[in-house]
Amino acid sequence: MSLMNDSVRSKLAVPGSTWRLNPQQMVSRIFLIGMSLFYISPMYWMLVTALKSDQELSRFPPTLWPYSSVWQNFDQATKTFPFLSYLENTVAFAALTMLGSVLSNFVIAYGFSRIKWPGRDLCFYPVIASIFIFIQFPVNPITMVPMFSFFASLGLVNSYIPLVLPTFFGNPFFIFLLRQFMLQIPTDLSEAARLDGANEFQIMYRIILPLTRPALVVVALLAGVGAWNDFLGPLIYLQTEKLYTLSLGLQFFKTMHGIQFNLLMAASCLVVLPVVVVFLFFQRFFLEGITLESSR
Amino acid sequence: MPRPREKLVRRDLRRLSLGLLFISPWIIGFFLFLVYPVLSNFHLGMTRYSGFGQPEWIGFRNYEELFRDPLFWTSLYNTFYYVILAVPLGVAVAIALALAMNQKVREITLYRALLYIPSVAPVFALSMMLIWLLNPRFGLFNYLLGLFHVPSINWLGDTHWSKLAIVLVAQFGAGQIGLIFLAALKAIPSTLYDAASLDGAGPWRKFWYITLPLLTPTILYDIIIGIGLGLQIFAPAYIMTGGGPLNSTMFTALYIYKNAFEYSRVGFAAAISGILFVINAALAIVIFWSAKFWVNYHIE
Repeated sequence: MSLMNDSVRSKLAVPGSTWRLNPQQMVSRIFLIGMSLFYISPMYWMLVTALKSDQELSRFPPTLWPYSSVWQNFDQATKTFPFLSYLENTVAFAALTMLGSVLSNFVIAYGFSRIKWPGRDLCFYPVIASIFIFIQFPVNPITMVPMFSFFASLGLVNSYIPLVLPTFFGNPFFIFLLRQFMLQIPTDLSEAARLDGANEFQIMYRIILPLTRPALVVVALLAGVGAWNDFLGPLIYLQTEKLYTLSLGLQFFKTMHGIQFNLLMAASCLVVLPVVVVFLFFQRFFLEGITLESSR
Repeated sequence: MPRPREKLVRRDLRRLSLGLLFISPWIIGFFLFLVYPVLSNFHLGMTRYSGFGQPEWIGFRNYEELFRDPLFWTSLYNTFYYVILAVPLGVAVAIALALAMNQKVREITLYRALLYIPSVAPVFALSMMLIWLLNPRFGLFNYLLGLFHVPSINWLGDTHWSKLAIVLVAQFGAGQIGLIFLAALKAIPSTLYDAASLDGAGPWRKFWYITLPLLTPTILYDIIIGIGLGLQIFAPAYIMTGGGPLNSTMFTALYIYKNAFEYSRVGFAAAISGILFVINAALAIVIFWSAKFWVNYHIE
């Protein structure tokens, strides 16, 4: 735990800052508040729109705060589409993705960092190169047509297998992130265990795994959020409504009730909310963890 | 008893097989999910295939048809338009965010969180929100512009503005890369700035002569990621405009999707995917090659 936190925190720490009100800080604050307001505005507007009544929705100029918050919109939105069943699907999808990502990328990154084998660093180049294609993972426009045909020939379309299976075979971003992290762990630790007669799997499980845990949390979080936010994958592979994720459900909602923006925004809020909650809970991992990537 | 040299070779072999064993999931994945579909794109691209039955071999006919298909060229034009606009803008926005996140005020972590949050929010939800925000009649955005006497713009319904609207959505996701720039900023030794101050350099000169050159490795990374994301842009266009108005947001990825999954022209779609892959790879090679001229790898 401490391995990442100490090094990264010292890097991101704000030295000697206090609640001073010198002019330079005030200028900084004005800029920061302005930018933050701009960045948070779509989400604010989503919430405000979700709370408006039908009449207030069609008012111009738009009201910046609803006259009377119509909380029933949320209730009605969840009744208009099977929110709970989509939520269940999405949670299961995200959980499986997290599992696959953590398991596979941990083992692969271990092979790329903790074992010294001839040709290892040469073999790492294709990993880096594949980032280009796997920028959208697991489904991306470049590979989606043959992959769909492949899974269709196996009769696996309209299931979660095409979306989840690839996550069990590693993702270049996560391999990279974990490899960087594991390279920082002193090799002496492994050598000492090896002298004590531990085999590679024991070293991986008993020594490296506990030390890599913070980075694995980052991988799990990013993978989970990635699955939650995936649109293209579910759009292609999930065909029966029963299997829909929230992303598809929302799109479905839009085509069915597209004019009722207050309800659509209420539904959107419910989809975004879990991500925001997870972010707030694991803020440190998101904000500090991602910088692991850059310490190349 | 084996001589030391043989022993060494045997140990190497043991380590090699052990290493390959650990990375074997990736090797399988690399061939199954990358090499196979990329090659298959070229193979399928030479067939007529509706998605059912057997693909029918037609040689280069799909490619011939592609070169005569105005919509294909439109989709490439739109995609390049997007990349050329969104990538430099994305770098500038990310650096601006990083500079903001690097300010020395007490509550900086709050601002960092606020600037970062939109980048974890789902793009599809953000896109739906923007349909409403950019609504020509009731939208907040036009109202705010109206306060500055800007005439009402039909952002998503006007071919001049539709691509810009999609570029705008992407900028809300800049927080993630902004954090990577922040880490790069933190890695710049403060002694460099102190020395520049002694020489009488102001903040502007410090930015141009110290900060920016030392950020170039991160800029390279951002450009590579940005080009990849740009060439694969799909969800915002699918949700906000569906490719319209008048195909002004018909990006290549969307055109692939429509051909494969709406028009049942799988072979044709595979041919486009193959071309998109070649463009993607070529751009990556050019960017990496150009790096030696402008990327500063020596942070001392």
